[in-house]
Amino acid sequence: MRVLGIETSCDETGVALYDTSLTGGKGLLADALYSQIAMHAEFGGVVPELASRDHTRKLLPLIEQVLSDAKLTRHDLDGITYTAGPGLVGALMVGASTAHGMARALNIPVLGVHHMEGHLLAPMLEDEPPEFPFVALLVSGGHTQLVEVQGLGRYQLLGESVDDAAGEAFDKAAKMLVLAYPGGPQVAKLAEQGDPKRFRFPRPMTDRPGLDFSFSGLKTHTMTAIRQLEAAGELDDQARADVARAFEEAVVDTLVIKCRRALDQTGLKRLVVAGGVSANHRLRERLHVECKKRHARAYYPRGRFCTDNGAMIAYVGAQRLAAGECDTYGIMQATPRWPLDQLTPPVAADS
Amino acid sequence: MQVQLDNEEAQVAFGEALGQVLQGRGLIYLEGELGAGKTTLTRGILRAYGHQGAVKSPTYTLIEPYELGSQRVYHLDLYRLSDPEELEFIGGRDVLADEAVCIIEWPSRGEGWLPTPDLRLALAVAEQGRLITLTACSDLGARILSLLERQAHEVSQASATSKLSDDQLENGVIQWK
Repeated sequence: MRVLGIETSCDETGVALYDTSLTGGKGLLADALYSQIAMHAEFGGVVPELASRDHTRKLLPLIEQVLSDAKLTRHDLDGITYTAGPGLVGALMVGASTAHGMARALNIPVLGVHHMEGHLLAPMLEDEPPEFPFVALLVSGGHTQLVEVQGLGRYQLLGESVDDAAGEAFDKAAKMLVLAYPGGPQVAKLAEQGDPKRFRFPRPMTDRPGLDFSFSGLKTHTMTAIRQLEAAGELDDQARADVARAFEEAVVDTLVIKCRRALDQTGLKRLVVAGGVSANHRLRERLHVECKKRHARAYYPRGRFCTDNGAMIAYVGAQRLAAGECDTYGIMQATPRWPLDQLTPPVAADS
Repeated sequence: MQVQLDNEEAQVAFGEALGQVLQGRGLIYLEGELGAGKTTLTRGILRAYGHQGAVKSPTYTLIEPYELGSQRVYHLDLYRLSDPEELEFIGGRDVLADEAVCIIEWPSRGEGWLPTPDLRLALAVAEQGRLITLTACSDLGARILSLLERQAHEVSQASATSKLSDDQLENGVIQWK
């Protein structure tokens, strides 16, 4: 079954093609993000810069591009899937209405899927995918969640951030340190020059049991530290690096402590880490050590599938469509708030 | 009107009082630097409508909609907008047309597209806690402010003085406990 996947839940317009007759990453026939590819031909020249989240103008050219990359036409499609939520309702509607319109015209099934389910199963597109069950840490600008994954559609939320996401805390720390936005990677780079012993920032919510996170207080602590240094006339380059280091240590330590707890609590030996923050080197090193101690293994999707993308949506939608699940024509789904643990395994439309 | 909030508890309590006098509608601009307590204040406003759960910062998601019974509250953070026109693509028009409370952080990013608010709140980190300056920009905003002032008097009466005591109204700043 050849399935077209469409992602328009937030900033990125992503499209991909997945073929369920192949397995794992081999099934991915083509994938693209609008921001990553240069589309010259269709416009007879250089494409004008389109505003962020202007999915309406980006989506159709991107679908054409992906079909042409896979040397297919829309008549070769057997199904279409799209992100139905969570996300911005205006952005979700673009993907949902495009998918439903195309599916109806082509007379093929269509299905709305959950954006976070895409992230959870993104490592299935890699050469050595994890087997079920596993623990997943989703850590990005928008999310910080620990989830127990038993199988397709069988998820239990173990814990999540009660305020800011870890990636957002990184971005805000970057702003306080006068680094460009989004500045997560730049904070990490600056931290390399920092002395880990000069400051110790709090590890929020690690002193009590549970798997929830909180990063808002760490943000305030970082701001206070910077202000005090500034007032004392000591905010030089080294001090900024030391603050960045203390901040990074606090975030990484918090994430590692909670992952360790989640592995111990569930007794599972596989840990999937996805989302933009999973690219952080110190986090990967520390998780590697903790997993080794437990004879466990950490799995990461490749870099471009850590952030929002169409491939993960095509993969998840293809699995569910192949199991017989689909939307009713004319009833498209756009659900801005949609808790992950409301999902169920695929249900065939005729059952 | 200026209000001094000594700690997080007072920030949330003041937000709750504001949420109550809003009575389910109003457009509010929330201004203040990172860590000024914009999301904490929003948590208080949402509590007035019965929301008990976490209040996530909408920096990444841009809009967090809340449905609390028949009441809707929208919490927006426009920090990541690079052009006010992007409000069109995220459903801004529908949000503003709705009969709801709408709280907007970083409204300067939507300047030229956003209408005038009912209330403008400027939050600043004070020596202790936070200082909020409230400005009414519409008739509704002016009514909300006078209701809040009345409530400040009631709060002070409850603490056994007949009017705002000197220590509650220092240099015209209301100390909200």
